[in-house]
Amino acid sequence: MTRAGNDVVITGIGIVSCQGVGAGAHAAMLSAADAPVLKIDTERFSPYPVHPLPAIDWSEQIARRGDQRQMENWQRLGVFTAGLALDDAGFKDDADACGSMDMIVAAGGGERDIAVDSLIVDEALKRNDRERLLNEKLTTELRPTLFLAQLSNLLAGNISIVHKVTGSSRTFMGEEAAGISAVETAFHRIRAGQSTHTLVGSALVAERQDVILLYEAISAHATGGWTPLWSRDESAGGGIITGSAAAFLVLESRQNAEARGARIYATIDAIGGDRGNREAGRLEARLDRLAGDLDADPAGTVVFSGASGAHDLTAREKAWAGGRFAGSALRGYSAVTGQALEAQFPLGLALAALALGNGQPVPPFDAHAETPMPGPATTAVVTTVGHARGEGLAILSAET
Amino acid sequence: MTKSAFRDHLGRPIVAVTGMGVVTSLGQGVEDNWAALTGGVSGIHGITRFPVDGLNTRISGMVDFIGVPVENPVERSYAYARETTDEALAQAGLAGEFGGPLFLAAPPIEPDWRDRFALADRAAPSQRPGDAYDRFFAVLRENPDPKLHEAWAFGAISERLSDRYGTRGLPVTLSTACASGATAIQLGVEAIRQGRTDRALTVGTDGSVTAEALIRFALLSALSTQNDPPEKASKPFSKDRDGFVIAEGAATLVLESLESAVARGARVLGILKGCGEKADHFHRTRSSPDGGPAIATIRAALEDAGIDESGIGYINAHGTSTPENDKMEYLSMSTVFGEALADIPVSSNKSMIGHTLTAAGAVEAVFSIQTMLTGTLPPTINYQNPDPAIVLDVVANVKRDAPVTAVLSNSFGFGGQNASLVMTAEPA
Repeated sequence: MTRAGNDVVITGIGIVSCQGVGAGAHAAMLSAADAPVLKIDTERFSPYPVHPLPAIDWSEQIARRGDQRQMENWQRLGVFTAGLALDDAGFKDDADACGSMDMIVAAGGGERDIAVDSLIVDEALKRNDRERLLNEKLTTELRPTLFLAQLSNLLAGNISIVHKVTGSSRTFMGEEAAGISAVETAFHRIRAGQSTHTLVGSALVAERQDVILLYEAISAHATGGWTPLWSRDESAGGGIITGSAAAFLVLESRQNAEARGARIYATIDAIGGDRGNREAGRLEARLDRLAGDLDADPAGTVVFSGASGAHDLTAREKAWAGGRFAGSALRGYSAVTGQALEAQFPLGLALAALALGNGQPVPPFDAHAETPMPGPATTAVVTTVGHARGEGLAILSAET
Repeated sequence: MTKSAFRDHLGRPIVAVTGMGVVTSLGQGVEDNWAALTGGVSGIHGITRFPVDGLNTRISGMVDFIGVPVENPVERSYAYARETTDEALAQAGLAGEFGGPLFLAAPPIEPDWRDRFALADRAAPSQRPGDAYDRFFAVLRENPDPKLHEAWAFGAISERLSDRYGTRGLPVTLSTACASGATAIQLGVEAIRQGRTDRALTVGTDGSVTAEALIRFALLSALSTQNDPPEKASKPFSKDRDGFVIAEGAATLVLESLESAVARGARVLGILKGCGEKADHFHRTRSSPDGGPAIATIRAALEDAGIDESGIGYINAHGTSTPENDKMEYLSMSTVFGEALADIPVSSNKSMIGHTLTAAGAVEAVFSIQTMLTGTLPPTINYQNPDPAIVLDVVANVKRDAPVTAVLSNSFGFGGQNASLVMTAEPA
């Protein structure tokens, strides 16, 4: 690729998953000889296996206790991971850079108070005037701080408060597609000169019954024990194993990054998203279109697939990737991190950028279904197929 | 027109508005809304959709005249957006596949309580306190419920709109709190300026007034409790203002590059000349006391529009009627416009329609364009007892006739998200 000043480059990575905290831990995982060790909790939300958060010292990125108390774990995780990305990009203590930095966060909703919800529905079973009961109970039981902890746009709001990122603040919603659109929008703004540096990312705390409930409305979550992503037990639920995870990226124009001597992990060459009916090969046709005319050397290409584990969709994506990117290494990252809903696509980009920055082969995540790489990748493809709708694909290239 | 007539001061494509639609508690459609709004009519009324026993706030600007198949905020938000988009596309003269992106400002909706109650009715009895969700899971494992999934998924509204109108690509559903409607428009303007599309569908919708929403805002002391009479409760810039009145509504604006609009012979209703934004890091629900972010937001919008302070002829204020917003908004306007502010008429549509939250920025953009098209400034009603600390040329209580060629519209949100739009009359 020829380099241009408005190339969109990744200069900061904040990442947290069950595999650990930060770019360093994940870079090590991606250059290890063997597949990462499985981190799964099958007990706490039984029958639903979930990849849990690692141990996190929130104070490392959220200095004030008061700020920590104003949030629940979903917002804490996002603010923490955004801080990691700013640190990694060398922007953490740069007030001018943060003050002019744009921000797009992909967000769901925050934690419900499960005890209050339970109390109300159980009381309602004994009452005919349920709406009046709601007024009584909500007025007395709801905590005002929890309302703010639930609001989708308050993850971004808290990043502004804690890290002083205030150039702009936008929150996108809508499950996996929100994460795709967030990166896509940031990409096009930088390309067009509408932004020089943008913080973009998302967080999911999967260890929440209100999150599992969304998947279970369509019986999409896996049940029982863990089985490999590409050969998940079709008799045990819908196949998706969720994971608590967060990823934030600092995206910059090449000109902005080079002017300040920033380390560049990778360039985003192309990114796109689409949606629509998935019947009769339409999903595959859209993925083909999103992949465009990319014709990279298969031996130097790695595909970070965000396949969710949902039985049918995962099989279809694997078949598509095996055809379109025949000869390239496939890495289904939900196998090691779990599926992270809004954060799924940013998570894939973070892993891809780390792998390209490493310049090392990525070990198979599933030794039975994925093959070792002959050498380091110079091109990475990231896919996310939403569990219900929306697809996204990005193409990244290494700095050479 | 020469090619340069289609480019702005920075060489970017000029963005035109070619279609508008609106729903508020005042009615359906731009025409009816405009008649009521310029007539000083209030849409604020007592809440009847759910019981208000024991609640401190019992009024709202809900939209009670659009039918929904199931009573929940997703269905309502979708229905309002559908109605305003049908209207806007008809005005724009566009039928068939829209062929451009959709930017939708939609409320962050929690699952409806009716759904939780219905699940509990189907579930086994409680075995221990706090086990409701375990019982919900057991019900859903036996009988999956795709409709529930759609009622809970944030992407469900834009999905339906995308299918109905044939928009292109992945639709964006966004929330920047009370600035959401303006942000949707800003995203549309940006996409056209990027050259990625000739047109964009920008929609703000909010049908999320439920008991829980009302109680949550009440717990933050954000709502007016002056329930009687309802139409007097929202009184922006008045000394005795005590909070906003929660409301519903929607608006759609069809944005097109001026070049494409002219080429197809569309009527240009107005120009989206500039957008500005700046986030606040002061507090989760309060804005910086010095108004810094709001000031920067307005200045950014003026700069983006290539217009200086003297170019603005009218301000469609955020004007929520909360003690804090109106004070801070005045501080920011007076800082930006200085002494000239005294000569710029200002009104707050929220005095009549309440605060339509996610939709507000889009609704007020429609009314801003309509102000320029008609030469009529809608009033700020209930302006009987001016706040002496807020010295503005408020269009008090009755409409005023005045030609306007450039309007500033402000939107400031919880969570520190601020956006301002500059709109101008179509180029003669």
